[in-house]
Amino acid sequence: MTENTPFLLYLEDVQKQYGEKIVLDDIDLAVKQGAFCTVVGPSGCGKSTLLRLILGQEQATSGRIFMEGVPIALPSPDRGIVYQRYSLFPHLTILDNTMLGKQLSVPFWTSLRRKKTARDEAMHYLESVHLGAHAKKYPHQLSGGMQQRVAIAQALIMKPKILLMDEPFGALDPGTREAMQLLILELWEAHGMTIFFVTHDLEEAVFLGTRILVLSQYYRHESASRESSGQGARIVADYPLNTRKARSTRVKETAKFGRLIQRIRYDGFDPEYRQDAREFNLKHTDSFITFTE
Amino acid sequence: MVEKKDMRRKLPVFFGLHAKLPRGLGIVLALLPFALLVIVYLTASDIRQKANPQDKLLPPVSKIAKALEKSAFTLDKRSGVILLWQDTASSLRRLGIGMMVSACLGFLMGLNMGLLPGIRGLSLSFVTFISNIPPLAILPILFISFGVGEVGKVMLIILGTFPLITRDIYLAAKRIPKENIVKALTLGASQFGVVYRVVFPQVIPRLIDTVRLSLGAAWLFLIASEAIASQDGLGYRIFLVRRYLSMDMIIVYVAWITFLAFLADLGLRKLVAVRYPWYSPRAEG
Repeated sequence: MTENTPFLLYLEDVQKQYGEKIVLDDIDLAVKQGAFCTVVGPSGCGKSTLLRLILGQEQATSGRIFMEGVPIALPSPDRGIVYQRYSLFPHLTILDNTMLGKQLSVPFWTSLRRKKTARDEAMHYLESVHLGAHAKKYPHQLSGGMQQRVAIAQALIMKPKILLMDEPFGALDPGTREAMQLLILELWEAHGMTIFFVTHDLEEAVFLGTRILVLSQYYRHESASRESSGQGARIVADYPLNTRKARSTRVKETAKFGRLIQRIRYDGFDPEYRQDAREFNLKHTDSFITFTE
Repeated sequence: MVEKKDMRRKLPVFFGLHAKLPRGLGIVLALLPFALLVIVYLTASDIRQKANPQDKLLPPVSKIAKALEKSAFTLDKRSGVILLWQDTASSLRRLGIGMMVSACLGFLMGLNMGLLPGIRGLSLSFVTFISNIPPLAILPILFISFGVGEVGKVMLIILGTFPLITRDIYLAAKRIPKENIVKALTLGASQFGVVYRVVFPQVIPRLIDTVRLSLGAAWLFLIASEAIASQDGLGYRIFLVRRYLSMDMIIVYVAWITFLAFLADLGLRKLVAVRYPWYSPRAEG
């Protein structure tokens, strides 16, 4: 277990099956503190399943997952989550939603006593996502983008070791989406967070991440039959990205940006092109692979 | 060339899917069936009175007013109380206690069944079984085991409404998205906290709604049990005066019960709308 301690998150030989169907196969992954790790892949490849395994919402069929060297079990405050929907509690105002973590993590009577400090802290976080003026409203009165900002503040107040985000901006319109991308980068820098970000949008993944993982079921494996489409997805590419993030979305228009997206599309999204499992583009320094038969 | 006039179709006032009722017409339409009922009654009553002044079946308004005066504003000579109030108090007490107990029990059962697979496995089939017993059919059993006093009547109301409330709350608790529960866990909630501090307050307005809808059944059970064995109560009185064919009195009591039921329904609906504005957001904007 000592070998993985420099890593915040460490997955070893993780496999997930639903009944007979293998969804994820032989996932090896190590993520360092401070990384902004984005995950892309064709639809249905198990991106969200991988996230739920790390969250503890679902259990791996085999393999092990560690946080700071300790095996993870059920969902807990050291792993925050922002879903695409249902992150907020409909019966609480925006302020109450944000301070909920402070309240739930202590016994009921204590939470009543500490209400004032919790409220002040929640207000601070709400202001950092520019929602101070809406504290008294209920979630259904806010737009989709605003709701996601509350969800982020609500997760941040717990100071999680890693923030898991499952297509958090997937339901937003393009303008709101770019604003949210800049906001999350700002928060990531300000709080020194580690983020694990699942998205189906390649451009978003390349723009945000310091590291991009491509998860795909389109690859060749010597022991698998050639035409089997039932093989589980694996990490087929792992690239380091710009660690000093640009403050402008203009970078999306550059040629280099476009070439990388093309490359990733080729790596993971083309059912016709299958690379051999031994030739995956695992360029990131933290990436490793164990061959188990 | 298409004439501009044809582009804007006028919406029908009353008929069809696209009807748009003007405000005044809406009120008139709502009152119309009531007015019809009153007119039909008065006419029929008048015809019968003309044929036989002693007729008891459809008493004229004057007799109903007298019955109202006698039951609601005069001391009863024999018992020394005003009957309508006495009956109302007894009935509402039974109804109140019964609904309170079944709401609390049903809520706790439903909530735990919806969230905890263990409790669900233990009780779901049993509650489903219980809910299929026709409550009136076991009324004799209740009277034999709990006596013909207050307990038997309250038990009938509880048994009649509890399974329904339980199942409804169970479904409401089960409908809470899994994401919502996992999110609460990542915010540091204990398992107990998820049930009682996160889901509990979300299901409360649903409980009020369910209680509101169960009240109809509760009235039925109340009146049935009072009719069979009681010394007072609204249902008791109706079935008592039936022996003397006092339609005037029955009409007063039925109208009063209807009014009480209507008030309870309206009160609970307003309570949800005011106290839980997030519960039915469609009402806004």
